[in-house]
Amino acid sequence: MARAVTPRRKTINTLAAWAIGLLIFFPILWTILTSFKTEAQAISDPPVFLFFDWTLENYAVVQERSDYMRFLWNSVIIAGGSTLLGIVIGVPAAWSMAFVPSKRTKDILMWMLSTKMLPAVGVLYPIYLLFIKLGLLDTRVGLTLVLMLINLPIIIWMLYTYFKEIPGEILEAARMDGATLKEEILYILTPMAVPGIASTLLLNIILAWNEAFWTLNLTAAKAAPLTAFIASYSSPEGLFYAKLSAASTMAIAPILILGWFSQKQLVRGLTFGAVK
Amino acid sequence: MATQHSRSAARIMMAPAVVLLLGWMLVPLTMTLYFSFKKYLPLRGGDLGWVGFDNYVRFVSSSAFWPSVQTTLVIVGGVLLITIILGVLLSILLDQPMWGQGIVRILVIAPFFVMPTVSALVWKNMFMDPVNGLFAHLWEAFGAQPVEWLSDASLLSIIIIVSWQWLPFATLILLTAIQSLDSEQLEAAEMDGAPPLARFGFIILPHLSRAITIVILIQTIFLLAIFAEIFVTTGGAFGTRTLTYLIFQRVLESQNVGLGSAGGVYAIILANIVAIFLMRIVGKNLDA
Repeated sequence: MARAVTPRRKTINTLAAWAIGLLIFFPILWTILTSFKTEAQAISDPPVFLFFDWTLENYAVVQERSDYMRFLWNSVIIAGGSTLLGIVIGVPAAWSMAFVPSKRTKDILMWMLSTKMLPAVGVLYPIYLLFIKLGLLDTRVGLTLVLMLINLPIIIWMLYTYFKEIPGEILEAARMDGATLKEEILYILTPMAVPGIASTLLLNIILAWNEAFWTLNLTAAKAAPLTAFIASYSSPEGLFYAKLSAASTMAIAPILILGWFSQKQLVRGLTFGAVK
Repeated sequence: MATQHSRSAARIMMAPAVVLLLGWMLVPLTMTLYFSFKKYLPLRGGDLGWVGFDNYVRFVSSSAFWPSVQTTLVIVGGVLLITIILGVLLSILLDQPMWGQGIVRILVIAPFFVMPTVSALVWKNMFMDPVNGLFAHLWEAFGAQPVEWLSDASLLSIIIIVSWQWLPFATLILLTAIQSLDSEQLEAAEMDGAPPLARFGFIILPHLSRAITIVILIQTIFLLAIFAEIFVTTGGAFGTRTLTYLIFQRVLESQNVGLGSAGGVYAIILANIVAIFLMRIVGKNLDA
């Protein structure tokens, strides 16, 4: 229920919230603005906010000089591929745990969650070594596999909590009517599960896109995604603020847009159903 | 009830996920344990034999160990403190009636979707740079000497960057929890004349305690593992070498795999201590 509030109070709330919201968002806004400046304007003293000669030059330079498309493509393949693969493996697992629970289901779920808690640095060398031995170092296949594995627990958990919300009575009714397992999955569960699967897909693409431990440590030139591309700006030459901003804007824009659609799923996906 | 048929089908459907995760957990973990008992220097002689617990002793007695533990604690503690306090205040504010609530929410959540290398480099260069950063301009505008953020206040800088990334997470979860609060309870308290602070202390905060615990636990697990933010800003210099970063340096930079693996085992134990508490809460929720 909405409480009745005075217009004055609502105005104060609004002003305070907008001020803080803009303050938190400011670094992103500043990055986007700077990406349209010239390098000289980007470091001008005092800084210019809106009134400068807007230019797209930086975007052109970044694309030309650093083969930006290759990094973008690597990000798309690795984030998308690992998530799709995870969904393909996760859906049957989550389905069976949600609808055919056994005594061990809870233990299995908890164990899967525990693999997510394993600190990456603790297994850095073994993975590095296995990657060298298997020829996976600096390949998209290798990185896709690793990101799939680190996100698989979250995928299964999210799907599990969504599937759990599908009422079991509907399934029982279908079984009574003689539906086979295949029909049950195809005609009853799938349509009801699609929204949950879509949310899981969305959140895990975001997580994989932004992953920055394995992507930095297991790639060099060939398979490096945008996280590593941006990291190459940590040892700059000459003026580079505007170009850094353009590269950053391109790297975060797709995910910011996806992210806005997945606020709710974020809570569910990252608290493992503990906060709803 | 499930039939025998659907039970065996369920087992088959679960098998790929279970096998993969089991392999992902056991194979590297076994290797880390194996290496941790060896003197293993890939670039300087390779496998030089078993050394017992030597690596474990040497890892904790090296001069870099305690400073790295301290750094880790300061960063994790600082970020938790900032994100929880600001997160509680912000979530209460965002829960109030206002115009444009949806847009403000989006603005607040946005930093969480920025990849770590971007946020670290943007903060480092465009805000914290002592010559061209916005903070430097701001300091000069007030006649103050610009701060060399990432060398003179390196830990604070890292804490600011990481807090900016994680504040949205804390806020969003706490906001979700606040919205489940029964507003009639608050109204009743208001009518009974409870002042805002009392309402906050006796109704809102207790209601949030579970969500706060969860935020603390989840963030701790992620914060213990922060890497990219340090990798692209200070590279572990100026006292920003965390335990995670120290292990990374031992393993990949100096290629002392035995020593690094022993450190890795410590990191795994540390993360598990936190994880146990988190799993307990999550597990309880699963029963309900």
